[in-house]
Amino acid sequence: MPEPLVQFLDIRKEYDQTVAVAGVDLDIDQGEFVVLLGPSGSGKTTILSMLGGFVVPTSGQVLIEGLDVTRLPPAKRPTATVFQDYALFPHMTVANNIGFGLTMHKVRGAERARRVEETLSLVGLEGFAKRQIHQMSGGQRQRIALARAIAVQPTVLLLDEPLGALDLKLRRQMQYELVRIQKEIGTTFIHVTHDQEEAMSIADKIVVLNNGLVEDMGPPRQVYLRPKSLFTATFMGESNVIAGESKGGSGGAFNVGTPFGDWSLTGAMEPGQKFSVVLRPEQLRIQRPEGDCALMLGRARVTKVLFQGSYLRIECDSATAGVETLLLNLSADNRVNEGEVIDVFASAVDAVVVSH
Amino acid sequence: MAFWRTLPGWVYLVLAFGFIFLPVAILVFFSFTSRDIPLPPFEGPSLRWYNKVLNNERLVDALINSVIVGVGSALVATTLGFLAAYSIARNTSRFDGLMRYAMMAPITVSYLIVGMGLLISLHIMGVPKTLWTLGAGHVIINLPLCFGIVFAALGEHQRNIERAAHDLGANDFQTLSRVTVPMLRPSLFAAFCISFTLSWDEFIIAFLLTRFEVTMPVMLFEMLRTGLNPEINAAGSIVFGISMTFVLLAILLNLRLRRKNA
Repeated sequence: MPEPLVQFLDIRKEYDQTVAVAGVDLDIDQGEFVVLLGPSGSGKTTILSMLGGFVVPTSGQVLIEGLDVTRLPPAKRPTATVFQDYALFPHMTVANNIGFGLTMHKVRGAERARRVEETLSLVGLEGFAKRQIHQMSGGQRQRIALARAIAVQPTVLLLDEPLGALDLKLRRQMQYELVRIQKEIGTTFIHVTHDQEEAMSIADKIVVLNNGLVEDMGPPRQVYLRPKSLFTATFMGESNVIAGESKGGSGGAFNVGTPFGDWSLTGAMEPGQKFSVVLRPEQLRIQRPEGDCALMLGRARVTKVLFQGSYLRIECDSATAGVETLLLNLSADNRVNEGEVIDVFASAVDAVVVSH
Repeated sequence: MAFWRTLPGWVYLVLAFGFIFLPVAILVFFSFTSRDIPLPPFEGPSLRWYNKVLNNERLVDALINSVIVGVGSALVATTLGFLAAYSIARNTSRFDGLMRYAMMAPITVSYLIVGMGLLISLHIMGVPKTLWTLGAGHVIINLPLCFGIVFAALGEHQRNIERAAHDLGANDFQTLSRVTVPMLRPSLFAAFCISFTLSWDEFIIAFLLTRFEVTMPVMLFEMLRTGLNPEINAAGSIVFGISMTFVLLAILLNLRLRRKNA
């Protein structure tokens, strides 16, 4: 097995009073598009900065291609960063911004011009070479910042919430562009964001961070549908979290006591153990599923119906469990009215058991 | 109705600006008279007195001295101000706040005190009074301003821009010379313009610290001793005109910079 391109070995970063990163081990492979996802203060930007060389960890090691770069300055690392505020050179033309890193790496003359031109067309800015930075729009500046970092052909490209300042439409467009460019040049991208939808639409691998620790890691589908922790389940979109207690079982199945009655789930769990069962809003339904894997969530009174275009968002109070509020996303062709009483079901294969 | 409601405001505005600008306007106006005294009735316009100023060797020498001291001291003050601002903005130490105040503090000391202090120090050290000593005095009074202007332009965004330069492989010197200084060029130029203007107009320190080679304000003062004379008006107008040019340059630059950053 080839060694990972980037390795974080038990990285910690402490500031005067606070712990920003509390011991993170992380491997990143060549060619991956990795997204570090977490709320503000989760340590995601600090981790990126320690890879870029702007922050020196309190302890632990950062390796790139097996080489210890923990204490190397940014200029000596095979990384390039796309900054959140773009940090373009305001006194230079677009072409000179993109060519700056090449000049610093002693690439000059025709070779430099060729690579600047190539990078410009890669990010879709042909013909803008001679423009000044202040003549460019926000979205264009974003592309220039990306081009400037790509031009030096880094081993790892670091993106620090680069789409944060763009409006929704432009952000979507840039997400596609980022993925296209990453696949085209094959460089490893490490992208920091707090937007879980952005993470899911661009990442090969999502690393969920919380309080300076890795909560979860994996492809978007796995992190969303099979979260390893309650934090991941609630941070990656909305969830119905249902308290459960194991009543033991055998043969690859066990019984769970919930406010909605006893359910049978696959897996094994010691009797008496407490945990949460996570069900996504779109995994709840109002028709009983086929087969014997149905989970009953009892009757519930609909308190709110929101038409969202492609689906109906329904909030209801469970009659069975008293105060539990359930959230359902149903396809838009369902007809449900506020005040109506519905039967709620789920499928055992969708239920994710998350220990506390 | 709107006219009557806004009338007091307009009257006030005209009076206020009149109070500020009328004396200077009158000085400039009577520099164009063809009579021998700068008083009404006005006859002309004529460039007679400007001609006289430019043919007066002592006045022209004083003008040249003023330019030398102004440009020299402004260059030094801008350079030193930049270095101080850069080092305080880019290094964190416990004394940052203290150093910032210490840099800005001389702004509150009157020119007379600065001049007297220098005069006494020079006397003790046995240094003769020349344009050099005057230049040193002007560096002292302009340094806090230059420091303040440049420091204000060195925010977190600028810091990120320098980080980007390092990230792309630039060493400290390359970052400073290719990114930081060019990026700050508008602020540096504004600092230079204001320093030059203040040095150009400065009288007290110039009066105390020069002897044989004098600058324009000192020369005007000497000329005033012999009474009012349109030649003084003309010389004063030239001094005023050059000051205004530099102030306007600084303002224009500032406007352009703001539009760029918008």
